[in-house]
Amino acid sequence: MANVEKQVQLIKDISGSDPYKCMRCGKCSASCPSYNEMDIKPHQFASYIIRGDIDELVESKAAWKCLSCFACIERCPRDVQPGKLVDAARQIVERQREGDYLQPDEIPALLDPETPQQLLVSAFRRYRR
Amino acid sequence: MQKIGVFVCHCGTNIAATVDVKKVVELVRYEPGVVFADDYMYMCSEAGQEKIIEAIKEYGLTGLVICSCSPRMHEKTFRACAEKAGLNPYMVEVANIREQCSWIHKDREEATKKAVILARAAIAKVNLNTPLKEGESPVTKRALVIGGGIAGIQTALDIADAGYQVDIVEKEPSIGGRMSQFDKTFPTLDCASCILTPKMVEVNQHPNITLYTYSEVEKVSGYVGNFDVDIRKKARSVDFDKCTGCGECSTKCPLGKIGKIPSEFDRGLKNRPAIYMPFAQAVPAVPVIDRENCTYFKTGKCGVCAKICPSKAVDYEQKDEIVTVKYGAIVVATGFDIINLDKFGEYAYNESPDVITSIELERLMNAAGPTGGHLERMSDHKQPKDIVFIQCVGSRCDSEEKGKPYCSKVCCMYTAKHAMLIKDHWPDTNITVFYIDVRTPGKNFDEFYRRAVEQYHVNYIKGQVGKVKPQPDGSLMVQAADLLDGKQINMKADMVVLAAAVEPNPGVRKIATMLTASIDNNNFLTEAHAKLRPVESPTAGIFLSGMAQGPKDIPETVSQAGAAAVKVIGLLAKDKLKTNPCTAQCDTLLCNGCSTCANVCPYGAITYDDVQVMDHGLRETRRVAQVNLALCQGCGACTSACPSGAMDLQGFSNRQITTEVDAICR
Repeated sequence: MANVEKQVQLIKDISGSDPYKCMRCGKCSASCPSYNEMDIKPHQFASYIIRGDIDELVESKAAWKCLSCFACIERCPRDVQPGKLVDAARQIVERQREGDYLQPDEIPALLDPETPQQLLVSAFRRYRR
Repeated sequence: MQKIGVFVCHCGTNIAATVDVKKVVELVRYEPGVVFADDYMYMCSEAGQEKIIEAIKEYGLTGLVICSCSPRMHEKTFRACAEKAGLNPYMVEVANIREQCSWIHKDREEATKKAVILARAAIAKVNLNTPLKEGESPVTKRALVIGGGIAGIQTALDIADAGYQVDIVEKEPSIGGRMSQFDKTFPTLDCASCILTPKMVEVNQHPNITLYTYSEVEKVSGYVGNFDVDIRKKARSVDFDKCTGCGECSTKCPLGKIGKIPSEFDRGLKNRPAIYMPFAQAVPAVPVIDRENCTYFKTGKCGVCAKICPSKAVDYEQKDEIVTVKYGAIVVATGFDIINLDKFGEYAYNESPDVITSIELERLMNAAGPTGGHLERMSDHKQPKDIVFIQCVGSRCDSEEKGKPYCSKVCCMYTAKHAMLIKDHWPDTNITVFYIDVRTPGKNFDEFYRRAVEQYHVNYIKGQVGKVKPQPDGSLMVQAADLLDGKQINMKADMVVLAAAVEPNPGVRKIATMLTASIDNNNFLTEAHAKLRPVESPTAGIFLSGMAQGPKDIPETVSQAGAAAVKVIGLLAKDKLKTNPCTAQCDTLLCNGCSTCANVCPYGAITYDDVQVMDHGLRETRRVAQVNLALCQGCGACTSACPSGAMDLQGFSNRQITTEVDAICR
């Protein structure tokens, strides 16, 4: 249980958004271009995190189908930013694999066909400053 | 030496759960001046007050300290209780051990310690209290209502019917407000004009009501019972007494034909001439010239309206006029508007004329509206077949940047109304409503919404729309998700109606500042108590009516308008008001006439007088401050500003306050 709480906190820290603000209006799911490919829909991300079903979210197809187009982040009326939440889930997986931070000059070495392209897009956006 | 009684309230568990009440009693018992101390479950209850009265009589108490809730809550109660036992009400002090102690602390020991300190400070103060006597001030038996929508109209009618004079100040050329723009009203679907217009006429004809339309409140001074208000009557450019309201001028105005001035009343869906009445049933039925757009005012040429006016009522020379009127009470009924939708680019409001707001739809469905009540698309004037309604546009948002944090309260119901009215007229129309939650608390409200679903087969889908995309063929593509069925939807629509969030009329900030009435983060006026004083502002003599106070529908607005009127009548019915005896006083022996106090006084209560004084055997003339007790509100600004300590506030003297501080620091 403690581990779940730690993971929930980690997701909040990485994403900088608060899943409790979600009112499930579904504007994210309405906007999402990958909606049909996702097993967990964008408007459900917040409740998965609140319930502590982090593993399920991290292991979901949805996490890797997100295109990081940021439409949900832009339009979310509650600033929950589902795109950032699922990006955090992805980063948890990646961090366990490769350590905590991604440096730009390390990226070429990391490029392997197994790494989903959308993860890199998110990573670039996140670390471009 | 005073004989002080200390009464510590448990307030159920509100105080007692965090503060050890018995211990407080034991510790304050031996404070200087205290001859009696006790605790009770509810000090404000009848039994609690009996206890106080008995103690006053039995121990001959000369001062009371009540350790309880905030003085804002029950100071009045306990002062009245003291008075009942023959004690001067100003010999009572309240130590706030609830809001400022038990509610904000968790640690019992710390909280108990703080409660004792607060009690000690109050006891130290009471030792220096002197009996004070309230003065009296007269009440001007006339009320001002700011705003002439349904809220202002109802408030004014109720006050006027009770026999008092009321003035309505309305900034638009006609009264009627938002409601006059509506087509039908929920949940009974009666026509808005049919129920509003008679009230507008009644206002106009009521012997006790004076209308100031096309006018604005410019300045407010004074205090409860005695406000002085400057009203700017903007130049109408039409003589009120001569005009018969025939409307010939509007018909002939050349700008009406060119059609470049969007009609405010029709929300820009129609144009109006430069000389105009907002709508046919306008009250008063006297047009105004919009000087910013009028050719005569811009170039000095034209003058058609003056030429054709059969009663020679057009007067280009008219000037703004400022009238000053005295009022006993002021009601703020400034109403609402909907938010600007520039932030919501995804809904294409600025891109497509077929994406409209609900108020625009009201105009499009109104028989007196721009299309004569025939629902059509503004782009091609075709009747829409598929209509999508989007709820909560800008309501329930997390940040200022996104929109408003509150629920606008009226949208669920008016959307159900729109859907049913459209289906009634044009049954082939397909209507889809995208909602987040359907909120219909209210008498016959949920039944109304269910009728839209069950009888009219309006398609309600849970899920906020993500995007509206105008298509090359002139239609609109609506992208959404059905959250309950787990399906993404791409739906073609001919028309999209946005339920934009409501917000207080933008002008209310300026008015609130003039009235020193407080407003919240969303610019809604704050009530004196959310539950117990919902139609009064914390500023005495200022009352609230309608949407200016918070989102509400017409039935609620009318109820609140009546409630505000009752409060006003209650005030105006008094011949005299008791004035606060805690006013400033000047010690003329100490005053050096520096004017600092007069400069900081917000009420203009301080003047100067030359007095003869004997100083060490020398007779000299000195300029000293004098306080007008009728104007002084006891704010204390002068006492803290006075460099020589000459200004002192009765009931809160400099000595009393330093003694309180000493007691706290002891």
